[in-house]
Amino acid sequence: MAPKYADMEKTEKDSNHDEPLINKKISRRLLLGGAATTAIVAMQSSLGKWIQVAAQQPIIKADDPTKRIGPGPSVVGKRSPFEQPVRIKSDTSSRTPLQDLYSSLTPSDLHYERHHAGVPLINPDKYELLIHGMVDKPMVFSLSDLKRFPSVTRTCFLECSGNFRTGKENMTPQEICGLTSQSEWTGVMLSTLFREIGVQPKATWFLAEGSDAAVMTRSIPVKKGFDDAMIVYAQNGEAIRPEQGYPARLLLPGWEGNTCVKWIRRIELADEPFMTREETSKYTYPVKDRIRQFSFEMDARSIITYPSYPGHLERGWVEIRGIAWTGRGKVVRVEVSTDAGKTWNPARLQEPVLDKAHTYFRYLWQWNGSETEIMSRAIDETNYTQPTLSQLVEARGADIGGYHMNPITAWQIKQDGRVLFKPESWK
Amino acid sequence: MPQPFNITNKYAAIATGLLIVLVLGAYSYNGEAGKPASLTNTDTVKWPASFGFGKTATPQQIATQDIDVRPDGLGLPVGSGTVAQGKAIYALKCIACHGSAEKVVAGAKLPAPVLVSDSASKVKAIGNYWPYASTVFDYIRRSMPYNLPGSLTNNEVYDLTAYLLNANKIIKPDAVLNAQTLPKVVMPAQKLFITDDRKDGPEIR
Ligand code: HEC
Repeated sequence: MAPKYADMEKTEKDSNHDEPLINKKISRRLLLGGAATTAIVAMQSSLGKWIQVAAQQPIIKADDPTKRIGPGPSVVGKRSPFEQPVRIKSDTSSRTPLQDLYSSLTPSDLHYERHHAGVPLINPDKYELLIHGMVDKPMVFSLSDLKRFPSVTRTCFLECSGNFRTGKENMTPQEICGLTSQSEWTGVMLSTLFREIGVQPKATWFLAEGSDAAVMTRSIPVKKGFDDAMIVYAQNGEAIRPEQGYPARLLLPGWEGNTCVKWIRRIELADEPFMTREETSKYTYPVKDRIRQFSFEMDARSIITYPSYPGHLERGWVEIRGIAWTGRGKVVRVEVSTDAGKTWNPARLQEPVLDKAHTYFRYLWQWNGSETEIMSRAIDETNYTQPTLSQLVEARGADIGGYHMNPITAWQIKQDGRVLFKPESWK
Repeated sequence: MPQPFNITNKYAAIATGLLIVLVLGAYSYNGEAGKPASLTNTDTVKWPASFGFGKTATPQQIATQDIDVRPDGLGLPVGSGTVAQGKAIYALKCIACHGSAEKVVAGAKLPAPVLVSDSASKVKAIGNYWPYASTVFDYIRRSMPYNLPGSLTNNEVYDLTAYLLNANKIIKPDAVLNAQTLPKVVMPAQKLFITDDRKDGPEIR
């Protein structure tokens, strides 16, 4: 018993200076509870003496949560002060701290951002979505109009197609590929709106236009509009965040982030693509001696987020964890190698595995302390296996650039337990 | 003020419980293959031909927002522009961020992309990478100058487009751009562009 309360006794002298207790009644109850050991002895004596003894006890330790009433309810919650996950930002984007997450849903305030002329402030009462062009009835929908339509909720990832960084060993998952996040989105199916306005059979493409200062535009095949496109106004159960397109954005599950035009104000149906700057000068990439355009689906990819840089590995059991995703349906398998890619073992996938969604995977491993490399690869339902960087370079040429890159990411495990990214060069 | 949990609430809870049992029972009776109807994916009520939400867009509403320009020239406004006038506007409104369009300084740190490609620097710009002239017009009109988007007149956009196309050695110094001539400009990079034809499947391409 003595050792258990030793530290209490040590602070005895200071006990009188403890922060004021809320009122006498509560203070006495706290004292009773806190001084259990002393109390048993003291009970034998008179009540007056008992209180005296207890009052001398150093009851309340500054960091003992059982000895102090915490703050009451609040109108908006916040993170534990011990947890400070943050995005890393540049002038035009910010990255999700993938290494700080434990499952596949991204907290809304940590969702990655990529915008081309800042985040616009849009009054929801003035918001309108215009749909026109090759339609029977050109229409304007207010935000409340959009919310009246039958609604749908789905969870899917978003990823910027420029989500590939390499070059040095000291890189976190966030720095390598933090331009991907996952939310649960709610809104109206675009097909519901298409049905309402009557899309003409000749229409094969539509232009999606945002109301930011870039007046962002992308051409989208009408087929996607009927398949699974949505106009979403909610993210993770609440109104969509300004950085993600408040009050409404286009959501094209599985397609490159830039096509999911935020702050959407206009949709124009047409019979050919518009060839906007973001689908010609940008978001295109050299493939051998050609420039490939309209790569919409995000190819299967995965990354181990634990252990990863700047983490430190202890010898013994370690659960390797990470996320895998594909824009072409479901992830059916994730394989993990702990011997630098020589052998591959299936990881456990967290159910439910959703279509076009980040899928959390886990693989149990015993690290014996020797130097090695660990890596993961995703296999999707179309039987596509996430390639290595050299496979991509071989297929597309050395001038690949940064778009639609989904190479296997390897982590070096050093003998002292350091975990370092393995950058690969190809030029 | 929140009410404490009292007898009335308790009865209400029991009643609700009973109701849930009854409702679930009814659903499993109505549901297909033992699945509660509320969990199936189709609405039980047939959708109307039209929900009737929203308003018909007026031609004026469409006209104010419909600013896009296609490669075939659809959407180009009336007006025209020249290289010489474009040069003057560029010096005034663009050069601060984009640098000179005549002398590309290799390795110069600019706040904005270089707009002129030359054979020496392999930088991707209008001359060697942009497949359509219409995109130059459309993009400048909708989002440039970066600090004052939408502030240029249609004639100024024609002027700047002419200037930048000339600086990239695509049109002659005396060329005049308008809704008829602009779509006829053939960009050198157009022949390089291919539409992604990858299909679902194992192939790495
Ligand atoms: C305040 C700085 C600034 C000024 C002034 C400015 N721009 Fe820009 N411009 C930018 C930035 C930044 C971008 C890149 C935007 C992006 O990537 O989304 C850009 C992009 C462009 C592009 C596309 C380049 C590419 O390779 O895709 C063109 C064309 C362009 N500007 C033309 C102009 C013209 C013409 C003017 C003058 C009327 C002008 N800009 C004035 C900052 C500026």
